Amino acid sequence: MQTARIPISDLKKPRATPKGRQIAPQVRAEIVGLLGEKPRDRQYLIEYLHLIQDANGHISADHIAALAQALKLSQVEVYEVATFYHHFDVLRDGDAAPPAHTVRICASIACAIAGGQLLFEDLKNSCGADVRVMHAPCVGQCDHAPMAVVDQVQIKTATPQKIAQALTLPRASESTSSSIPAAQISVPEGAFSAFKNFAEGGLPLAQLIATMKDANLRGLGGAGFAAGRKWEIVRSFEGPRAMVVNADEGEPGTFKDRYYLERNPWQFWEGVLIAAWAVEAQTVYVYLRDEYHDLRRAMEAQLTALQMHFPALAASPYRLPQIEMRRGAGAYICGEESALIESVEGKRGIPRLRPPYIAQAGVFGQPTLAHNVETLYWIPEILRKGAAWWRGQGRNGRNGLRSYSVSGRVKTPGVKLAPAGISLHELIDEFCDGMLAGHSLYAYLPGGASGGILPASLANVPLDFDTLQAHDAFIGSAAIVVLSQRDRVRDAALNLMQFFEHESCGQCTPCRVGTRKAAVLMAQENWDEKLLSELSQTMIDASICGLGQAAPNPLLTAMKYFPQEFAR
Amino acid sequence: MQINSISFTLNGAPRQALAGETILQVATREGIEIAHLCFKEGLAAEGNCRACMVEIDGERVLAPSCCRQPSAGMNVQSDSARAVAAQRGVIELLLSETVPATQVGLAPAHDELRMWARKLDVKTAKFPARAQPKADLSHPAIAVNLEACIQCTRCIRACREAQVNDVLGMALRGADAKIVFDQDDAVDQSTCVGCGECVQACPTGALSSKISAKSTQSAPQVLGKTVASVCPYCGVGCQLDFHVQGNAITHVTGRDGPANASRLCVKGRYGFDYVASPARLTKPLIRIAPKNARYDRVPENWRESFREASWEEALDFAAGGLRKLRDTCGAESLAGFGSAKGSNEEAYLFQKLVRVGFGTNNVDHCTRLCHASSVAALLEGIGSGAVSNPVSDVQFADVVIVIGANPTVNHPVAASFIKNAVKAGTQLIVIDPRHTELARHAAHFLQFKPDTDVALLNAMLYTIVDENLVDEKFVDERTENFAALKVNVQGFSPEAMADICGIPAAQIRHVARLYATAKSAMIMWGMGISQHIHGTDNARCLIALALATGQIGKPGSGLHPLRGQNNVQGASDAGLIPMMFPDYQRVDDPSANARFEKMWGTKLATKPGLTVVEVLGAIEAGVVKGMYIMGENPAMSDPDVQHARAALAALSHLVVQDIFMTETAWLADVVLPATAWPEKNGTVTNTDRLVQMGRKAIDPPGDAREDLWIINQLGRRLGLDWHYDHPRVAYEEMRQAMDSIAGISWERLERHSAVVYPCNDETDAGQPVVFVENFPRENHRAKFVPADLIPAAEQPDTQFPFVLITGRQLEHWHTGAMTRNATVLDALEPSATISIHPDDLQRLNCAAGMRLRVASRRGAIELIARVDEGTPPGVVFIPFAFAEAAANTLTNPVLDPIGKIPEFKFCAVSVSPC
Repeated sequence: MQTARIPISDLKKPRATPKGRQIAPQVRAEIVGLLGEKPRDRQYLIEYLHLIQDANGHISADHIAALAQALKLSQVEVYEVATFYHHFDVLRDGDAAPPAHTVRICASIACAIAGGQLLFEDLKNSCGADVRVMHAPCVGQCDHAPMAVVDQVQIKTATPQKIAQALTLPRASESTSSSIPAAQISVPEGAFSAFKNFAEGGLPLAQLIATMKDANLRGLGGAGFAAGRKWEIVRSFEGPRAMVVNADEGEPGTFKDRYYLERNPWQFWEGVLIAAWAVEAQTVYVYLRDEYHDLRRAMEAQLTALQMHFPALAASPYRLPQIEMRRGAGAYICGEESALIESVEGKRGIPRLRPPYIAQAGVFGQPTLAHNVETLYWIPEILRKGAAWWRGQGRNGRNGLRSYSVSGRVKTPGVKLAPAGISLHELIDEFCDGMLAGHSLYAYLPGGASGGILPASLANVPLDFDTLQAHDAFIGSAAIVVLSQRDRVRDAALNLMQFFEHESCGQCTPCRVGTRKAAVLMAQENWDEKLLSELSQTMIDASICGLGQAAPNPLLTAMKYFPQEFAR
Repeated sequence: MQINSISFTLNGAPRQALAGETILQVATREGIEIAHLCFKEGLAAEGNCRACMVEIDGERVLAPSCCRQPSAGMNVQSDSARAVAAQRGVIELLLSETVPATQVGLAPAHDELRMWARKLDVKTAKFPARAQPKADLSHPAIAVNLEACIQCTRCIRACREAQVNDVLGMALRGADAKIVFDQDDAVDQSTCVGCGECVQACPTGALSSKISAKSTQSAPQVLGKTVASVCPYCGVGCQLDFHVQGNAITHVTGRDGPANASRLCVKGRYGFDYVASPARLTKPLIRIAPKNARYDRVPENWRESFREASWEEALDFAAGGLRKLRDTCGAESLAGFGSAKGSNEEAYLFQKLVRVGFGTNNVDHCTRLCHASSVAALLEGIGSGAVSNPVSDVQFADVVIVIGANPTVNHPVAASFIKNAVKAGTQLIVIDPRHTELARHAAHFLQFKPDTDVALLNAMLYTIVDENLVDEKFVDERTENFAALKVNVQGFSPEAMADICGIPAAQIRHVARLYATAKSAMIMWGMGISQHIHGTDNARCLIALALATGQIGKPGSGLHPLRGQNNVQGASDAGLIPMMFPDYQRVDDPSANARFEKMWGTKLATKPGLTVVEVLGAIEAGVVKGMYIMGENPAMSDPDVQHARAALAALSHLVVQDIFMTETAWLADVVLPATAWPEKNGTVTNTDRLVQMGRKAIDPPGDAREDLWIINQLGRRLGLDWHYDHPRVAYEEMRQAMDSIAGISWERLERHSAVVYPCNDETDAGQPVVFVENFPRENHRAKFVPADLIPAAEQPDTQFPFVLITGRQLEHWHTGAMTRNATVLDALEPSATISIHPDDLQRLNCAAGMRLRVASRRGAIELIARVDEGTPPGVVFIPFAFAEAAANTLTNPVLDPIGKIPEFKFCAVSVSPC
């Protein structure tokens, strides 16, 4: 009991600042300069992180603190978003800035079987200290495998030589809209006829919806939900309503949306306008994956042209909704519509639980219509040609057209607009000039990474919605990856599981932990099939979204259809 | 059957779900256990752990029962093979990821993961383990052991949804996803405020309290007890549980009280071990050495100036000295300072002792230093000094104005409710010279110049009159004297005031409109309003704003002066003020006087007594010669403390009752060792007028005695036949004297822990919102009182160019007597700092962390520079909790003429490098 009254004080030094990281004035000035007059609204957080990343090649801890202050957010609110997306190089205190150049080698299945891994290792050894070589998930050019991306420039059928050459050019992010073909940024004569007809009252809303239902156009992002029905549901909830356009195609093997956006963007935009009008959406958010840099520049220019083409005059019958572009940042999960909405709002792209469905409460809580690019693309054409035209397409008892993204061991990979319900055999023979020389069909992925792996013996099954479930597979976005006798399905399955592990948002236990455990187990020489099956069931039954629910499909179908690969 | 209930089937039996209930909630209510980890009552359901999956007929995948509400006729199974397999699968995955919490120092009972594993009979995890992150033990209180983390985000929701401190988050993604503080910073380097809400929310011990970890490790098998009580610090009145083993508090958790919804702040949760400080007073002490008033802090060898005495001797000595003065020099030679940190019963008995035993009204307490001016203005204008609406009413307010208050620091849990409201859409207007943490959440932050409150508020009133935003009906029917206000504000157009207060006219007009036209609006204020010589005028303007716009007397609309101490409301209610008996009955009101003379059976003085600062003056004048001070520390808390200390030292007989050798006790003739809050029973009244029950958790150390016993003993020695053997006796007597709490019996408080007043009878639930129909003034009308500009008494000049604002900081309470003896709080803020703008620091050629000398006309102190952009240039801020650099050495002892409150928020100082 001889302790003095005042315990310590002089011995311990108090903090010389308020709690937490303080912001250097010059960094604050840098951020204020970058943001300029832009709204200090957290929904643009990801856009602003891009500004910093593009300007600096990285995002420092000071940047994050200063950006947080500018947006009246806490640091963690910015940090957790920045670190969620793989395209942001977030530095912690003391971290060295990344090298001046980044070369991303696609690690996804089509590029992997086309020598992507060899290319990666080659570059790792050959590139200097100013170049960072890393793996990346599918960049949406699977018909040009192996793919590389040098900074923001995509290199098709990449070789070390092509990459070395690209590295000598000025930084890709500096390329401007001047490189965009003029046809892509000026509205062509006669465009938007279906939209104008509708907007001028030539086509009543009820008839529009009836036409869509009659055509039975289904969601071509992969879910296959009927577009007309979706409009009705969204309309049943009181406005204001919103629309999101899912241009985040990230399913490995899928590149059809890019295909249409490059070749006929105006038909896509027309579809956007019609769908937005159909549900009276006041705001449209077009969420484009970050990998499509050229496309983003083109679409931004198109949007400007569109707004000039339909000026916002009170008297104009063509009042446009407010349309905003949103730039993804390297997250496959944002292709899931509710994760995409979170990302549109400037947050981590983690899927929401349903109910409520986004039709009821979507972006900023508004009833929201979500459409894939290709779905929108076909709307004007169906309106011009009639529902019967669309319905009249198809094969093997199926209706409509599908854009199959074909890659892998075929002679001419690419986007194949073919009748829905075509079989793989027919697709390869009629649209892809057959298998590559020396390759014979062994297996195929009917629906990208998620749709399972089917054996050659099932190459006669119609490829469409609803036709593959019986075989524990699904079509999804119709990303067909063809494997030959030179490929091992178990390698493909592991590649796909590693992809899911890489892309899991981490929200729910079955997917976050399950994908990693599965990837570890599948990397072992002997698969513990019982444990993997058990794990798969938990993932299928208990994951929040389609990613975790579908992630076991490749491994389950591999074990089911290719037992020879697992024989001990 | 319930109206609006839904019939569905769960595990084969028909069940009813109430509106809004989830399957998990129904199951829990029905006694059906479903494993769950990420769900915690009180936090939004996220459904991320997936342990609670159930099978619903007709659905493709399983559903999380914590998020799903049943629909009519739904057939749900939580015990089907498929559901159980998923539940077990999830638990097994999480087991494989984590290290048991027991290995990181928490009792196994806290590990909900392993509890469910046992219940679901999941024994071993067959999956490969993960690489485990390093522990972060940097913070004095909070240990982070992420090897036990299951990423359920309960901590994040606690930090961001409940407390809205926004420190914790989930970084990265997938299997790399990780709980982080700020930018994955060490906790002690982060913006973490140490509230520990995350620890309370964590199901696995990944976040744990170091203190409890230590205590439970030492005695893991001893079954402790849990005592429900109230926090001893600020006026918010958070209910808490003291967890006790032996005679030691091991840790504290939040209880679901009306004012805190299970939340606590760093002081409430981690500031409890002052009770076990070796510095506690444990024996009565009698002075043996001469007094020395010239000191910066209590000397280390203070014991040499006292000798230990028996209680009998000490009490005889204490009472004898007082009695002698009373009998020889008259009652007015005595005065008493009671405490806003004691119980209602102690406050009541203390003022009764002074009034009956001393025979004078010279009784006051620290309310004089905090909200005396607010109370004066409220009594004058409204007829009642208490708040009109509880803090939680902010949830019903469209607009909330917080002016001259820093609740994230001083009322952290109240601030959390304000931030909750903002998240739900309330527009917050923060008006303060300093950029506080709350400003980040504000739709409008008005960083006005210190001392210009009346200019700004009158400009808002001008706008309301000028733009016809007055609620004419309310003004006509329920107020008086509006004409005078209207005339007075004519000279205060926003355009004319803009330069004076430093806020653009357009912004003044905008916020005035926002407030006036809101469907409901609250004004909350703190010491920034009250501690000026124009403090009463400041409060008058706020009252006028509410009256002119009719923003009072309904849910979400009202006036709320945030009370500082845990029982400052109750102590004032109990009559611990010189001009009023209990329940604000004036001592000079003959009927009130007669009432108390009858009740107390003695003649009572009719002359209002002296206030805190006036008493010190009276000592200097030789009028007051003896004092009894209980649990107050005027030698630290009064303005110009050197002067105050000299006055206290000049007393011929000073009795101090406290738990530590405070700066005031150091000047005492006799020191009586008293009890800390967890060592006694008693009631306290919070800022919401909520009377709450504090319960004894531990015994006091050594010979320390309960305060009520000490007052009773002194009373007996002053000739009173007192038998207050239990607080209940004092409380029930108090109830007879106070109509406001007539309906709140001791038994009722024991039963319910909290009842709000006014409460007329035992069947009355109490009225959280008052003035609904009329105001408690004679004509039932509230009164407008116009205010004009009065500048602060001491303006900066070339010699003293800075404005000094004093106040508190999050970790330290008042004069630091308790908190500086609490290890965690002391570690977090170990010594005195001066907050200063970086530009000023640069002009002084100084750097952050350097030692600065701060001087005023009254004295000088030295302390460390804390660079702070939130402090405006030309202004410095110093917390007054640090004896080694007592801010009140500098402050100006000028008083508001009505509230008699000193001008703590404005004086002129110089700042220079040491």
